[in-house]
Amino acid sequence: MSRTPPVTTRDRIWGYAAEFTTPAAITDAAKKVAAAGYRWWDCHTPFPVHGLDTAMGVKPTILPIIVFFGGITGTMLAIFLQVFTNSLEIDLWAIVPVVGYQFEVSGKPLISAPAFVPVMFEVTVLLSALTTVGSMFALNGLPCLYHPVLKSPKLARITDDRFYLVIEARDPQFTDESTRVFLESLGPESIEMLEP
Amino acid sequence: MSTMPFDNTARLQVDNTLDDPRQRSPLVLGHHDFATVTEEICAVNEAPKPPKLWYISLVISASLAGMLMMLVGYLIITGVGVWGNNNPVMWGWPIVNFVFWVGIGHAGTLISAILFLFRQKWRTSINRFAEAMTIFAVICAGLYPGIHIGRVWLAYWLFPIPNQMDMWPQFRSPLLWDVFAVSTYFTVSLLFWYVGLIPDLATLRDRANTRIKAIAYGFFSLGWRGSMRHWHRYERAYLLLAALATPLVLSVHSVVSFDFATSQLPGWHTTIFPPYFVAGAIFSGFAMVMTLAIPARQIWGLKNFITMRHLENMNKIILLTGTMVGYAYATEFFIAWYSGELYEKFAFVNRAFGQYAWAYWIMVSCNVISPQIFWFKRARTSIWIMFIVSIFVNIGMWFERFVIIVTSLAQDFLPGSWGYFTPTWVDIMTFIGTFGLFMTLFLLFIRFLPVLAIAEIKAVMPEADPHAHGHGHGDEHEEVDE
Repeated sequence: MSRTPPVTTRDRIWGYAAEFTTPAAITDAAKKVAAAGYRWWDCHTPFPVHGLDTAMGVKPTILPIIVFFGGITGTMLAIFLQVFTNSLEIDLWAIVPVVGYQFEVSGKPLISAPAFVPVMFEVTVLLSALTTVGSMFALNGLPCLYHPVLKSPKLARITDDRFYLVIEARDPQFTDESTRVFLESLGPESIEMLEP
Repeated sequence: MSTMPFDNTARLQVDNTLDDPRQRSPLVLGHHDFATVTEEICAVNEAPKPPKLWYISLVISASLAGMLMMLVGYLIITGVGVWGNNNPVMWGWPIVNFVFWVGIGHAGTLISAILFLFRQKWRTSINRFAEAMTIFAVICAGLYPGIHIGRVWLAYWLFPIPNQMDMWPQFRSPLLWDVFAVSTYFTVSLLFWYVGLIPDLATLRDRANTRIKAIAYGFFSLGWRGSMRHWHRYERAYLLLAALATPLVLSVHSVVSFDFATSQLPGWHTTIFPPYFVAGAIFSGFAMVMTLAIPARQIWGLKNFITMRHLENMNKIILLTGTMVGYAYATEFFIAWYSGELYEKFAFVNRAFGQYAWAYWIMVSCNVISPQIFWFKRARTSIWIMFIVSIFVNIGMWFERFVIIVTSLAQDFLPGSWGYFTPTWVDIMTFIGTFGLFMTLFLLFIRFLPVLAIAEIKAVMPEADPHAHGHGHGDEHEEVDE
């Protein structure tokens, strides 16, 4: 049985990757790609190149805002946990099978706010940190089981010493010819075609 | 902005502790480019066989770790009577060792988080294994409260978990704060370490020459592909983690010190404890980093990355924190006298001249006197002197916890309830066993994980600057001169 040959180039080309050897070269190239109006493109580098994200026009991430709410949740959770378990005798059996308890220690007030601060702090930090890492993975789409950039053996040098600028075929401006010519005009070491 | 001309590197290799802001010594020596950095660091993991010393150390430390497990088993089936803990010294070696190990961990977080926030670029060569050290030290520390509670099978009572008695832990107790502080600390340190590892695990994945390596590193690198859009969020996440870990690390040893400071015992009931404990923790942790880094850089040939400049900087921190600890000792004495409180005065005079005077003076000579040699540059840059001082500091900081815990408990208010603490062989061997566990984990880490932060090191090299070597913006762009 034979497969029908691809109708458009987009079926077999996932994108083009242009190879650069220095951070300066890829930063210059990234500025030109951004200026040319491409949208589905990326730079792959062995380390975060300073200023490359702004050159690419990457918008600041919303990660800190998510983390703020993660932290607030932690504080609330810690207040609830301590007040419920130490200060109030509330029966939550209807919802969850637990009952609060009133600890009376040395005649101290049942809601002893200063004593609850350390745990509030720790739980805030814990939830903020978990939110930071969790949201960073989620926003980055990690773990990622398969990606065309990881398929090409040449591009394995991304994690070593090479800088690749990739324009994806799904970009509205992408055409087999013009994109290749455009990438060549940026003066890369080589150009690689990526398969899906 | 001009960077240092490369011809100078040869001269600076001889003395790269030069810290003239106009002409900083390079953080990476030996004319490295990105590829050779990868090559040289991955060589530690990719060598067909590790050095013979690695096998010997692993056999010894794994045996000691096995002994630790057996002793914990012996303790569980027999009871805490196998230890030297007595009445009045209820907190014997287990809590001394707990505080000791938690303290060791603090340097790792200081290096990875606080120095990161202060933009101290020299941290990149040492942060990875300092963070590893943190995690392994906290594992050793976490063992002790768990086995110290007596009925180990009820350790879950430490956590607010609903149980058949409808009783909850008491949140006004610093011991419970400790549960939260140490477990949060462990979790956050692990996250921080793992996030830092991901790009380097991807490097090892892409270089893997066997299927097992490719699968293992591939699994843990989560499909990292160095995308700049990912790096953008990654860097922000790393900054946030550093900003969270900084107050956290200060809080952890403060909370540990609350275990003592909130009690009524003379010698414990002082407000200086939180900053004093934190300074001591950083002090002991840096000493442990030195103890591990000096042999590691020698054995695995990492001298181009962990340079004399890094070691000298760490020695300066040891000098600073050691002096702070010495100042805290003096303040404690002053306040004991100034307070006019009989029991407080007795507790301190008794520390220095009582039945534990030997421990007190070991502590003072190791912690306060020995680091003072680092006022001299020759001592700060001598491998042997710094190695010996780091060992002294480790010993001294263990004795500090011993002095604080045991002297205060052994002789408090009523002479009728005084006692003397003597450790048993189980105490001693359990403590040695935790070193075995610590070293086993550390040796496995060196062999199987990237021992230095490869991506971060590349980022602090002069070549990593997009404006380096006469590379201007846009039009001024020229070819690279290697």
